[in-house]
Amino acid sequence: MAPPNHRRPGFSKRAQYSIFASYLLGILGAVLGLLLLLVSFIDPRGFSALRTIGAEAMAPASKTLSEFGSLTGNAGDQVSAYFNAASKNAEMQQELEQNRIEILEARALRQENDRLKRLLKLDEEIPDSIAMARLISSTASSARRIATLGVGSNNGLEPGQPVRSPEGLVGRILETGPSTARVLLVSDSKNVTPVQRASDSLPAFATGRGDGTVDIQPINIGTNPFKGGDLLITSGSGGLYSPGIPVAVVIRKTETGAIGRVLANPAKVSHAIVQPIFQAETVRQIEENPVDDLEEESGE
Amino acid sequence: MPRSRQSRIGRQPSQLRIKLIPPVTVVLGSMITALPIITDYPILPPMGLLVILAWRLIRPGYWAVWAGFPLGLVDDIFSGQPLGSAAFLWSVIFILLETLDRKAVRRDYWQDWLIASTAIAIVLICGMLIVDFQSNLLRFDLLMPQILLSVLLYPFVARLIGAIDNWRVAS
Repeated sequence: MAPPNHRRPGFSKRAQYSIFASYLLGILGAVLGLLLLLVSFIDPRGFSALRTIGAEAMAPASKTLSEFGSLTGNAGDQVSAYFNAASKNAEMQQELEQNRIEILEARALRQENDRLKRLLKLDEEIPDSIAMARLISSTASSARRIATLGVGSNNGLEPGQPVRSPEGLVGRILETGPSTARVLLVSDSKNVTPVQRASDSLPAFATGRGDGTVDIQPINIGTNPFKGGDLLITSGSGGLYSPGIPVAVVIRKTETGAIGRVLANPAKVSHAIVQPIFQAETVRQIEENPVDDLEEESGE
Repeated sequence: MPRSRQSRIGRQPSQLRIKLIPPVTVVLGSMITALPIITDYPILPPMGLLVILAWRLIRPGYWAVWAGFPLGLVDDIFSGQPLGSAAFLWSVIFILLETLDRKAVRRDYWQDWLIASTAIAIVLICGMLIVDFQSNLLRFDLLMPQILLSVLLYPFVARLIGAIDNWRVAS
């Protein structure tokens, strides 16, 4: 499309001034945007109220759509289940037998575990869940990895609480509204999770890479003991996450550490469980400092 | 809006419709993040940006230079980017487009697409750098699928916006 003629001001001083003024307003907008950006860097939680209002306003639509989405997602599976019902039945019966044996073994192990724990006088510190909800949307168009959870402060959610699924750690609560909460996913580049290798509790940090993987750096710099297939679980240091939640599996080594794939893929997580913050001491810290300052401290 | 086109239209559709439809569609585009699409990496095209680019290129006279700021601010609320990111980037894009409009002699469809694609790439890459400059500086490969998808989607969005625009100015 050819630019309209009225855009060429000619010799009219008035037209020239009005163009100048419109540019000035445009530049003013850019400068204001830059200032807002600076403010949001200095105080990352400063505008959380605005985002919460946005999330709350969209929550009814997101919740309805996510119910609908999961229904359509299941429909295909349900139809295909009819076609191989017989073979599946046989398979499942076999599996059931196997599981029965394994359950018996697990029961024996648990009894032994209890006995050993009593010997060591360890307190049972298994946190119960605060709430269970669906992830209703995410920042799929942004480089940040934040998801929205379908429950909020009405259900007792607070910033800092870990969010997990049966597969592993999903992230932690960043901001809460009355009926929604924003979850900073493990793979966000601002999220640092203190982890340890499951086999020998080698401590490390897992920093998100923004694409479903984490960058794993061992605390003892200089050694690089990771190899493909290593399972990383939360170490419990920092006090946010209770120890033993699976986080990632090493997929390849790098020069200084390793790259791991996050186990709990938020796209496949149907329900997320919100747990209380692991240690009460950290709760006090959070009340004193905003949660974003904890990112650096969380691994100490 | 300073340069309204009402005098050029013979019939008189509702002023509210003429004035409000473009910003409303842009805000609706920004709200696409409310869909239950949960991904591990950025893949969803920034619909708010695509819609505002389509409007800006189809109707250059409608938009004031400063219009990128308020609409970018609304986009920031829904996108999850730090607040001010889109407000700043969209303002810059609008200033660049305004300058381009004054320089260019003629424009065709392919040039519009090229301009939109460049703008999309600039906004997405800068948005990623705003989120985390140090660790994202060498990782633009992460954005390639999203940029490609957005560029390929732009003509369809432009078609849709063209249809909406026809309805907007029809009485």
